[in-house]
Amino acid sequence: MVNETSETLLRWIPLLPLLAAVFHGIAIGVVRRSTPRTIVIALSCGSVALSFVISCIAFIKLIDIPPDASRVLVDPLYTWFGAGIGTTRFTADLALRVDPLSAVMALVVTGVGSLIHVYSVGYMDDDHRDDRGFQRFFCYMNLFTFSMLVLVLADNLVLMFLGWEGVGLCSYLLIGFWYSDRHNAYCGSKAFIVNRVGDFGFLIGIFLLFASFVSAGVPAGVGFADIAQNFAAIADRTIATPWGTTWRLVDVIGLCLFVGAVGKSAQIPLYVWLPDAMAGPTPVSALIHAATMVTAGVYMVCRLSFLYSAAPLASEVIAWIGALTALFAATIAIAQTDIKKVLAYSTVSQLGYMFLAAGCGGYTGAIFHLVTHAFFKALLFLGAGSVILAMHHEQDIRKMGGLRRRIPLTRVVFFCGAYAISGFPFASGFFSKDEILATAFAAHVPGHEALYAIGLLTAGITAFYMWRLYFLVFSGETRAAKDVYEHAHEPSPWVTHPLVPLAFLSLVGGLLGIPQIYGSVFGIEHVHTLSNWLGAVWPPAPAHEVARETELLMTGAAVAIALTGFAVALQLYYARPELPARIAARLSGLYALVANKYYVDELYDAVIVRPLVRLSDAVLYRGVDAALIDGTANGLASAVQLFASGGLRRLQSGLAQGYVASMLAGTAAILWYLLR
Amino acid sequence: MIPLDHVIGLSAILFAIGVVGVVTRRNMIVILMSIELMLNAVNLAFVGFNRLWPVGPDGAASYDGQIFVLIVITVAAAEVAVGLGIVISMFRNRDSVNIEDVSLLKW
Repeated sequence: MVNETSETLLRWIPLLPLLAAVFHGIAIGVVRRSTPRTIVIALSCGSVALSFVISCIAFIKLIDIPPDASRVLVDPLYTWFGAGIGTTRFTADLALRVDPLSAVMALVVTGVGSLIHVYSVGYMDDDHRDDRGFQRFFCYMNLFTFSMLVLVLADNLVLMFLGWEGVGLCSYLLIGFWYSDRHNAYCGSKAFIVNRVGDFGFLIGIFLLFASFVSAGVPAGVGFADIAQNFAAIADRTIATPWGTTWRLVDVIGLCLFVGAVGKSAQIPLYVWLPDAMAGPTPVSALIHAATMVTAGVYMVCRLSFLYSAAPLASEVIAWIGALTALFAATIAIAQTDIKKVLAYSTVSQLGYMFLAAGCGGYTGAIFHLVTHAFFKALLFLGAGSVILAMHHEQDIRKMGGLRRRIPLTRVVFFCGAYAISGFPFASGFFSKDEILATAFAAHVPGHEALYAIGLLTAGITAFYMWRLYFLVFSGETRAAKDVYEHAHEPSPWVTHPLVPLAFLSLVGGLLGIPQIYGSVFGIEHVHTLSNWLGAVWPPAPAHEVARETELLMTGAAVAIALTGFAVALQLYYARPELPARIAARLSGLYALVANKYYVDELYDAVIVRPLVRLSDAVLYRGVDAALIDGTANGLASAVQLFASGGLRRLQSGLAQGYVASMLAGTAAILWYLLR
Repeated sequence: MIPLDHVIGLSAILFAIGVVGVVTRRNMIVILMSIELMLNAVNLAFVGFNRLWPVGPDGAASYDGQIFVLIVITVAAAEVAVGLGIVISMFRNRDSVNIEDVSLLKW
């Protein structure tokens, strides 16, 4: 591309956290002596904060480029690998790219990441379960930040996949951080394996994309710009299915890539790993399993928006999966009793919202909600971590209550988070959720009214379970043991201070995307900052025009249903706290179904996990591995021993004259051969 | 003058006697002596052939065969020194110079 600006500063954005991670790794693995904590903290937090500063510089440079020129900064480092010749030449470069979309993502990752790194210092401070655990934790966190930045800044799909796998690895390492507890190790493995299922689809999607480029005779460039440029060549291709129908190729590719997003972003049917991922330390839940990594799928869909906007079937599937996940996870969150599990299902649900938007073509709305969700969900998780610290690692909300007196600052910021996620007026979630609902309502997708209704219903449930959580934790009389409650106090400033900027962002972050209807009131054009900023990245799409009255009506409906959820929670968990137990008893069957997460884990266990384990054990392990492979190796060895060693060793008789005789016979034979 | 055939024939007979001695005799002293016999048979062949071709390919007088004999004598002396040393050391350890008594290094 001619109008890309080269910028060598970009490489330092991912490189700094990587250097810190490598330093920690060497200190732990090679030097094996504990590093002073001040150095660990300075390196880890400093590298991520510096990345944030560089991201800001890159962002400012991007703003300096006039909007009519193409706003892209690239940093091509070197050719990573290449294969083939001529028109089928395939190269993958190690190249970084900052355009409006990845700039937003990089700012979120490094900005929220910096705050969470600072928070982790306080959270992990009292962790003495492991000798070098403190440094190990920051090693993984830095490595994660590096991988996430590679994912976000990658200039091509292959490099993006590298980051994609890297964040999966770090997620696994951090979920199982306290690996001496067997359950944590199990949860880490579960996350990794479920993610691998999705990554498999992602890989197939990449292969399919490039294979079709080659068969269409266009250069199989892997850079996003190349793909977008050559995309027209395969846009109209179809492939025949075994059952006689034909599918459009882009739909198939889009769906394969979306399988990866389903795994990474925890959508139906691969969402099961995310709630279990809460086994990790709370800062990990905030950074990886709420703010950044799980949004990678949404980012990928938006990154390839030119592909998805040309793939209506894939987009429709994305929208429906997103909507159903949003509703499904929200209902599970109602009956959870673990403070982090509630937030985890809430994350799954909010990610569903983002996919709903992306599937309906509202890529700006998806990214908008991604950003605001990063603010308020990181805040909620970090607030939950603060509660957990105050309660001495108690996570059961039935044993909390009344904490408003003990940890007032945490209560205030938690209130801000709950306010934002519920979509109450003028907080961040209000604007982003409204935009998604409006997108769904106006989308050119069959059944978009149903999508809108599901989204609206979910908004109400979201408000209900968030305020249920808030009331159970902070209000009323305490249900905690007396000494625990007496000793509950606000954690160290390392923990509480990062909450304040996040709370601020949760409240005002929505101003990034004020809908035009409010702007029109004051006569301002283009009031939606994020939309102006990202607009050039998206493919041209037919406008979703909604009448002004309809839009206002929808906003009113969303606020009304959120307030209804709040009111129900207020009634059940604040005014009449004895009611929920009676309702649960009345609807015991339904309650058990929801509280047990619809028995999906049990279903997967029975249908997939256990048959697979049995097959692996009986056929693959005992049959193939032990009997076939080991049998062949050991059998060959004993055959050699029997025939070669047993027979040939007799030649070594120990009698020198025998050797002389053999030598003579051999010499004679050679002489005979030469002289004959 | 003795014809070359006689020299070579004598050399071959001495060599064969040496070989038979090495293969059949048990006494290590005798075996060493047989080896000496083989070496000297070779020496005899060398001087015989040197007399047959006293001039080298470049036209100058050649003493290659005789020089080889000197080298072989040197090697033989060294070999006897080492061989007798081994035999004596073995006799001290085993009270025997029978070669069949030293057959431990086997399967």
